[in-house]
Amino acid sequence: MSRADALRPEGVRRRSPLWTLGLLGSELAVTVRRWRTLALLGVLAAVPVLIGIAVRIETRDGAPVGGGNGEGPAFITQITNNGLFLVFTALAATLPFFLPLVVGVVAGDAIAGEAGAGTLRYLLVAPAGRTRLLLTKYATVMAFCLLATMVVTVSALLVGALLFPLGELTTISGTRIGFTEGLGRALLIALVVAASLVGIAALGLFVSTLTNSGIAAMATTVGLLITVQIVDQIPQLHAVQPYLFSHYWLSFADLMRDPVYWDDLVKNLGLQGLYAAVFGSAAWARFTAKDINA
Amino acid sequence: MAPYESDDAVGAARDEDTRSGRRKAARYAVPVAVVGVAAATIGLVPALADSGDPDLPKISAQQLIEKIAKSDVQQLSGTVKISTDLGLPNLGGLENGLLSGSGQGSGDGSSADPQAKLTELVSGTHTLRVAADGPDRQKLSLLESGAEYSLIHDGKDVWGYDSKSNQVYHSTAAGPGKDRTAEPPATPKDFADEALKSVDDTTSVTVDGTAQVAGRDAYKLLIKPKQSGTTVGAISIAVDAKTGQPLKFTLTPKSGGAAVVDAGFTQVSFARPAASTFDFTPPKGAKVTEEKDAAKEPRHTPKHGEDLAEGLNGLNVLGKGWTSIAAFDTGAEGGLPTGSQGGDLGGFLGSLGDQVSGKFGKGTVFSTRLVNALITDDGKVYAGAVTKDALVKAADAGK
Repeated sequence: MSRADALRPEGVRRRSPLWTLGLLGSELAVTVRRWRTLALLGVLAAVPVLIGIAVRIETRDGAPVGGGNGEGPAFITQITNNGLFLVFTALAATLPFFLPLVVGVVAGDAIAGEAGAGTLRYLLVAPAGRTRLLLTKYATVMAFCLLATMVVTVSALLVGALLFPLGELTTISGTRIGFTEGLGRALLIALVVAASLVGIAALGLFVSTLTNSGIAAMATTVGLLITVQIVDQIPQLHAVQPYLFSHYWLSFADLMRDPVYWDDLVKNLGLQGLYAAVFGSAAWARFTAKDINA
Repeated sequence: MAPYESDDAVGAARDEDTRSGRRKAARYAVPVAVVGVAAATIGLVPALADSGDPDLPKISAQQLIEKIAKSDVQQLSGTVKISTDLGLPNLGGLENGLLSGSGQGSGDGSSADPQAKLTELVSGTHTLRVAADGPDRQKLSLLESGAEYSLIHDGKDVWGYDSKSNQVYHSTAAGPGKDRTAEPPATPKDFADEALKSVDDTTSVTVDGTAQVAGRDAYKLLIKPKQSGTTVGAISIAVDAKTGQPLKFTLTPKSGGAAVVDAGFTQVSFARPAASTFDFTPPKGAKVTEEKDAAKEPRHTPKHGEDLAEGLNGLNVLGKGWTSIAAFDTGAEGGLPTGSQGGDLGGFLGSLGDQVSGKFGKGTVFSTRLVNALITDDGKVYAGAVTKDALVKAADAGK
C-alpha cells in the first residue's frame, strides 16, 4: 500500500476523501439493493402494521389492551391514548430479536460474503487499503442499523397516525408533554435504538473476518445473539449480565420518563462503544493480517 | 502477508512467516489493550471517585437525633435505590399475588392501587424517584422496565398511575398531609423515622463517623439493640450534614450477610421540583378506579416487627423494645393445615417451615432473615424480629 501511495499522482490523492465516500455509497447501494435485505426490511416494516391492527381490533369496543393486565411489549396499553406510542411499542417489540437479526445478517455477510463470492480480492485490488475497506464496511453496517430502525419508526408512525389519535401525550411518569416534544423524543429513541445495535454490528463484522463463508458468519452472529439473550435471562448469571451487549437495550424506554432517567441509557451507549472498540479492533487485527485467497 | 507460496521458496517463506506471524499476533494487542483499559476504567474510576470520608465537625448522637427531628426539608427531588432481602423464597409473580391480596387477577382490584403496588418493594432491588414540594405536593415513582408506577399527591387529590396497564387510581384525601402516613415507608427518611421511634433504653445509639451519600457529606448514626434474642444486628442511618435529612438507611441482621433493608439516595437535590411534576390528568383510554370508601384507606404495609404490630388488629404485643413479639389467635383449631389435612398446599407450606415443640405443644416456625413467626397447632401466631428460641419461650409463657 505504501508503494502504491508513493506512485500515485498528487491529483488522485487530493480526491481521496470523496473517493472514500464513493466507496461507502457503492457499498450501501449494493447492500440495500439485495433482495434479501429488502425482504428483511419488509418484515421490519410489517411488524408495526401487525401490532397496530391487532390493538385496533381488540380495542374496538373500548376494551383495554390485553385485558388490562399490562402484558405484552412495553407501552402497548398506551397506544390507544396516542398513536405515537406505536413507535415505542414497535421498537420494543423488534429490538430484542428482529432488528439485531437483520443487522447480524448484514454484518456477518460484510466480509465473509465477499470472500465467499470470490469478490473480496477484486475489492482489494483498488488502492483503498484493507483498513479503509474495513472502515467502509463497518460504516455501511452502522448506516444499515439506522436505516432498519428508521424503517420500523416511520412505518409505526404512519400506522399510528392512521389508526389512533395523535396530540398531547402522557409520559409513563404521568406528566403530559406536547406532540412536538413527543415526536422529538420518538426520534431520539430511534437514534438510541440504532446506537444499541452498534455492538452486535461490530461483533458480526469480526465474525465475518474469521471465515470465508457468508452463511457461517451470519449463523454464528445470530447464534451469539440468541445465546447472549438466554444468558441475560438466567438469574444465576447476574454477575456477567451487565457486560452483555443486549442487557441495557430496553433502557430506551427511560427516555419516556419525565424527567429522563439517564443512568441506564448512558451505560447502554458506553457498553455499545466498548463492544465497537474491542471487536472493531479485533476485526482490524484479523482482516489486515489475513491471507486473502478468495 | 504472503498470499502465494511456491515450493522453491519454502525456506525463505518460513523465515518470513515467523516474522509476519509475530507482526500478525502483535495486531491483536490492540483489542486486548482496549479490553484492559476498559477493565481498568471500570475498576478504578469508582475507587478514584470515592474521595474518602468527608471531614466534618464532631457531633454527639443526641445532637444528631435532634438534627433529624428539626430537619425541615420541604423541597426535594431525587432517586432512591432500595434493596430488600428478607430471605423469603423467591416465588416471583406468585409472591406478589399473595402479598397484594386483591392482586391484579381479581375483578375489582385495580393494578394502580397503591397498596397492591408498593408491596412489591418487599423483595428485590427497586429504583424509586421521589419529589416533594411542601406538605401538599409529593410524588413517588417506582421505576420498572419500560414502565413506571407513580403515586402523586397534589392538594386534595391522590393519584396512582400504572403506565404498564394504563390504569389510574384516584382518591381524595380528607386533609392535607393525611395520606402521607398512608404511604408505605419507601424513602430513607420514612425508615429512619420508624427506627428512631424505637430508640429507648434498650438501644445504644452512636455516631459512627462520616460518609458521602449521593455526593453529599453525611454523618452516620449507628443504632444497635442492647437486648439479646433479637435478629436485628444494627441499623445505620446516614444523615445529611447540612439539612439533617436522612439519606441512607441500612438494616443488617445479626446473622450477618447482606443488609435486609438498604435504602439510599443515589441522587438528591434540594431545589424546588418543576410544578408539572405534580400535575396529573388521567390519559385518554385509561381505566380510572375511584376509591370506594374511606374504610379502604390504604394502611401501613407490614415491613418488620413493629410495623406488623401496628398493621394488625386485636393482637397482643409481648415484651418490649427490640424483642417485642406480636401474638394473636387465628381461632382456627388445628392451626396450619399441614400434611394430610390440608392436601398439597398444606404439605407445601409445612415443608417451608421447621417443626418445633415445647410446653405449648407443637407448631411450625417460618423464618426469614429478619422476622420469624411461630404458628402453633392450636391456632396461635407469634411473630417478631426475634430468634426462634425467643418465640418458643414466648409461646411457653403464654400457655
